[in-house]
Amino acid sequence: MNDELKSIWLKFFNWVMGNGPRPENEVLPPEPPPDLPFTQKPHDKFSRFHEATLKERYNQWLEIHGLHIFSILYSALSILTCLVIVVLLLATVAELPPFGHERNPANNEVIRRYVEHGWHETGAQNIVAGLILDYRAFDTFGESSVLFTAAVSVLMILGNSRSSKKYKFKQLHVYRNDDTILRGVAVMAIPVILMMGCVVVINGHLSAGGGFAGGAILSTALILCANAYGFESVRRFFNERIFIVSSSTALMIYALSKGYSFFTGANQLHSIIPKGVVGNILSAGLILPLNICVGLIVAGTLYGFYALFSEGDI
Amino acid sequence: MAIIEWLLLLFLIVCAISVSITKSLLNSVIIFMSYSLVMAVIWVLLRSPDLAITEAAVGAGVTSVLFFLALRKVGQLEHKKDEEEKE
Repeated sequence: MNDELKSIWLKFFNWVMGNGPRPENEVLPPEPPPDLPFTQKPHDKFSRFHEATLKERYNQWLEIHGLHIFSILYSALSILTCLVIVVLLLATVAELPPFGHERNPANNEVIRRYVEHGWHETGAQNIVAGLILDYRAFDTFGESSVLFTAAVSVLMILGNSRSSKKYKFKQLHVYRNDDTILRGVAVMAIPVILMMGCVVVINGHLSAGGGFAGGAILSTALILCANAYGFESVRRFFNERIFIVSSSTALMIYALSKGYSFFTGANQLHSIIPKGVVGNILSAGLILPLNICVGLIVAGTLYGFYALFSEGDI
Repeated sequence: MAIIEWLLLLFLIVCAISVSITKSLLNSVIIFMSYSLVMAVIWVLLRSPDLAITEAAVGAGVTSVLFFLALRKVGQLEHKKDEEEKE
């Protein structure tokens, strides 16, 4: 009796709540995917007994307002950083000596010394080369080593030559190997560009130019060659190993020779490096070999950047 | 000579503004290249040929090549080809 009553009550209850037996061809609405953070299950929302815990409520609040607060905080912090930098720079400018004053630290005897004695002391006809490769040679050494370090770090990050990534990189690039116009121009242009680069490097102490500019010109010739004939043809005479060896050797020669020259100059010792006659190719002491070193490093580094970024390998 | 200098400086300013205004990235790189070239001429007029050679080699040569490479990597050079194929 009790069971019958219970079953009747259950039927009645189901009829009231609408939970009756479903027809078989009823199409249920698709359940929301459980992984999405913004969709909530309906019984979570309407159930009386489900109290959201503090952490859940915090997460919900974070989902709704977090991005807004983050963007406000981000812009406030960026404005603050900009203001700090502006104030620092303005304070530095305010500390600078007045423009054009004769007692300024820039107007000292150094410029006069360079202009009047540069020829005899460095032996360089081009006084700029004498400045950057003799008086201030360690600045140029720093530049070259920064370039070399940048190339080596890019090589470390991008140049994984023995993994399968290399082939992916190669598939991205379909070179037009039959580009007649490009090849015809390259045949005529590459020797001229190479010669121009060598002239600029070797005549660095006699005329305008020098290691950096000449190295950049040489690297453009290498890039043109790589574009016209593919990277494989450049790799025949300039690969990763040759790049590393030549650049580090050039840096070592630069550091050792210039270190010797500075050591003897500072201690008033006799230097074995001859100055030569001003105006000859073989003159100006160390400037010619230093120019060649810088040119090698710059040419290798700039071409290396191009090769690494386009192919992932030198 | 002064007129040429003024013309070059004017060209420089126009280039510098149009680099940022131009919508096509390829065009802006080419304009940037011409900016470097004119800047090299101005360095010669200012009697600093060392800088002129460096500017012509690095600014107009290597930098633009690296920019073109970057454009090809992000797929901005193939954009026009696709449009032509659609038409």
